[in-house]
Amino acid sequence: MSLVIVNTRVANLASVDFAFRRLGITPVISADPQVIRNAERVVLPGVGTAAAAMRSLRTLALVDTLQGLSQPVLGVCLGMQMLTEVSAESADGAIECLGVIPGRIERMANARNKPLPHMGWNQTQVSDHPLFAGLHDPWFYYVHSYAAPVSEFSIAQCEYTQAFSGAIARDNFMGVQFHPERSGTDGARVLKNFLELSC
Amino acid sequence: MLAKRIIPCLDVRAGQVVKGVQFRNHEVVGDIVPLATRYAAEGADELVFYDITASSDNRVVDKSWVSRVAEVINIPFAVAGGIQSVEQARDILAMGADKISVNSPALRRPELINELVDEFGQQCVVIGIDSFFNAESGEYEVYQFTGDETRTLKTQWQTADWVQEVIARGAGEIVLNCMNQDGVRQGYDVKQLAAVRAQCSVPLIASGGAGEISHFIDVFRDANVDGALAASVFHKGIIAMDELKQQLRRAGITIRA
Repeated sequence: MSLVIVNTRVANLASVDFAFRRLGITPVISADPQVIRNAERVVLPGVGTAAAAMRSLRTLALVDTLQGLSQPVLGVCLGMQMLTEVSAESADGAIECLGVIPGRIERMANARNKPLPHMGWNQTQVSDHPLFAGLHDPWFYYVHSYAAPVSEFSIAQCEYTQAFSGAIARDNFMGVQFHPERSGTDGARVLKNFLELSC
Repeated sequence: MLAKRIIPCLDVRAGQVVKGVQFRNHEVVGDIVPLATRYAAEGADELVFYDITASSDNRVVDKSWVSRVAEVINIPFAVAGGIQSVEQARDILAMGADKISVNSPALRRPELINELVDEFGQQCVVIGIDSFFNAESGEYEVYQFTGDETRTLKTQWQTADWVQEVIARGAGEIVLNCMNQDGVRQGYDVKQLAAVRAQCSVPLIASGGAGEISHFIDVFRDANVDGALAASVFHKGIIAMDELKQQLRRAGITIRA
């Protein structure tokens, strides 16, 4: 199985890399459009801000490449947010994202006694999407202040200061707001399911 | 529901995990990677590694173990100790640490917090605060260089003010170490933590004083902190992780299964 982790230059790639290695896969870390197009699986990681990450994808001329992929693609955390149409995470207005899954990323609501970022383990309701095969009310590790609202594209739902999408998907594009690479055995199962998807 | 986090802390010196009493007289408790692996397997929610000599020796942590830890464990972990620049932080994050925790260098140069947040995002940046209750003045005072007793220094900051300062500069999480309680296992400083909690808009982690399971129940229930950090009770096997989590759950506290 060939798997590419897209090197966005702004993300911490080591922990995602190590998580797949623990499953017996050796990822290729690359920003080369040809390498990305030819991979059987593509992972879009992300840490940092949407503005910096999208700027990096544009600089690397990867926007068209990523939008045109037909193999299974998994966005993680900010990588998930970048799959949607627009993110509000910017000092100067909204940031246009890849737009392969409909939706808009908004800052999470404030609530008394619930500090942001939403940081830690939260129990998540998952759908019957194959990404969650074998999981029942799993616990995942989240770190984020922006989120995708619940929509028809939600394949998992979580609750903090508001209900939000724990994961979203359309066709071959999937995104998880949590960090499967840091979510213990439940997270490892999600990554394993991603490798075993047929589509 | 977001779970409360149980966070074993591994103080690191010369590549081994050590533990002192009130920051002094350190004894070796084991090797880093096997201990980290064991805690992850037992159900720890997160780990923190402090290179306790780093800040006081004016050098960055010996980093080779960071990627060895990242390779084997599947829970988040933070690395602390002498991180004084964006470049040093970048190295540690690139090796697979999820967060960096900064203490003395932020006191020396508070702009460091802004620089780290701008570069890596708020979620990566934890600020550690060593707070000492001065019984004479009745005030909570911030100390620095607490890794080395000969250089430990009182700063100009009162704890409540420094908490606000680091939040204003973008800190993503605060670990409040109550020095009077550290290593003596008489319970967390619930009073101080509850006061800080009320003023703290980011996640707050309690540190210093865990000695028995009831101390964890108290600090989650009465101070409403997001996580509780402890070292010796885990290293010495005084508290078993599964027993701790069971009793917390029984006390009505949300804990990861």
